[in-house]
Amino acid sequence: MTEPPLQTRRRLTTVDYICFGLVGVVIAYAVYRVSDVLVYNWNWSRVFNFVIYYDEETARYVPNLLLEGIATTLRLAFWATIVAATIGLVMGYMRTSKNLAMRMISRCYVELVRNIPPVVFIFIFYFFLSGQLMPLIGIDDIDKNGAFVSSSLFYVMFGDPRLFSNFVAGALCLALFEGAYITEIVRAGIQSITKGQWEAARAVGLSPLNVLRDIIFPQAIRKILPPLAGQFITLIKDSAIVSLISIQELTFLATEVASTTTKVFETWIIVGAMYFVLCYSFATLFGHLEKRAMRTRR
Amino acid sequence: MSNSSATAPKMEPDTLISFDGVSKWFDHFQALKDINLSVNQGERVVVCGPSGSGKSTMIRCVNQLENHQQGTIHVCGREVYGNMKQLEQVRREVGMVFQSFNLFPHMSILQNVTLAPIRNSKLSRAEANEIALHYLERVQIADQADKFPSQLSGGQQQRVAIARALAMKPRVMLFDEPTSALDPEMITEVLDVMTELASDGMTMMVVTHEMGFAREVADRVVFMDEGRIEENCTKDEFFTGGRGERAEAFLSKILQH
Repeated sequence: MTEPPLQTRRRLTTVDYICFGLVGVVIAYAVYRVSDVLVYNWNWSRVFNFVIYYDEETARYVPNLLLEGIATTLRLAFWATIVAATIGLVMGYMRTSKNLAMRMISRCYVELVRNIPPVVFIFIFYFFLSGQLMPLIGIDDIDKNGAFVSSSLFYVMFGDPRLFSNFVAGALCLALFEGAYITEIVRAGIQSITKGQWEAARAVGLSPLNVLRDIIFPQAIRKILPPLAGQFITLIKDSAIVSLISIQELTFLATEVASTTTKVFETWIIVGAMYFVLCYSFATLFGHLEKRAMRTRR
Repeated sequence: MSNSSATAPKMEPDTLISFDGVSKWFDHFQALKDINLSVNQGERVVVCGPSGSGKSTMIRCVNQLENHQQGTIHVCGREVYGNMKQLEQVRREVGMVFQSFNLFPHMSILQNVTLAPIRNSKLSRAEANEIALHYLERVQIADQADKFPSQLSGGQQQRVAIARALAMKPRVMLFDEPTSALDPEMITEVLDVMTELASDGMTMMVVTHEMGFAREVADRVVFMDEGRIEENCTKDEFFTGGRGERAEAFLSKILQH
């Protein structure tokens, strides 16, 4: 057996160092201008206290507004993804349906959401729909002292019970919005299944529902998991927009922190870093999972 | 649409498939022109003809993978048309083997074969496994039951596809060019299985260019051209000169080498 030729390891060349140097110079210049021209009194610890602070009385570190905000953001993303995936699954199937009415309904949904600016969509949803919808399904009337509602499990899943209807409105709004994109991912997944699979499934006499459940969806879902994971990360970022309708997630609380402390730069840099760490960790995690799935797949 | 499944269709008791004046169009192209054909219990009918002559379309009309626009098709005494429930019944009586195998790639060989019995006949997994292994043994591939389709050769996959179709205990088997996608050395193993099936008395309708198979197994040969049935005669008539000009031209082309 002959060995493959050794690959020389790729190294950074002089050109690379020059590039890094140039970028460094630009950044240094920007920093210099900021500190020189814009006379600004940096105070990071003030803002850090809103991430986590040390409580003298109990002698413990206590998570503050910004950490609570990112927890709400995560909860929002989690529930919105579940609802959006359900919407996407149904609508995505309807997009490929033979029935014209089904196709029209799902197409209208997708086009409406995709061709309205997200901010406008969220205002329409919030002021017109959620104002009517929430009282109708009785979410405002949940018993705040009920056994389940006041349990810590409820808090982990939905946050503060007093803000529950606010939270549901935000999650639903995000879900309806992201559902349109998931619809298109699901449609692409279903359409990627070859005609032969449909035919073979029908030919053995499976009912239409079983054709979908046993043959089409299992294969489609394997194919769409990577873009679906990407959409989940997009959803985390997009969740910032529901701060506009006073959902108390990271961005909303950050505006409050910024205005109370007047430390605008520090606040937004920290919040940006928090979003980055969150999204990048998920991207890395999904990347690993995908690689592992590839290895075990036959 | 007349519901002629209720009124007993006028056909001979042992006729399993009958086409009466069937036509089909793809947009403006007429793929089938006034097809009349019947296949009796236990009969082996080979359908041949140049590509684009409508032979696949015809066989796919039997279980309505393509639907026809004119005429009637009866399978096992039921008219096949629209109604989903009735169609599922027909499809369970009719096994189909495709040119490109179309095994379910996300399921093991065993699951491929057990799926229909479990879903359609509501068998338990154990019962279905027993049936599946029986048919997998019949196509001599039971030892691969736990593998996945992509781990098998083309010939093996096609034999699994035959077992999958047989597991529903169909009364008719349709073969749509079952060996056309296979490497030459694998054609024999599939044809052997089909020959054995024929000798067990299975009713078969086979679209194929394998004239050797037709000679050995067929009772009748149907020759199609441009959407019409040009010849419908016994094997002996067909191979010993009772055939028309077009069939002659076709045969001389495919038997050249």
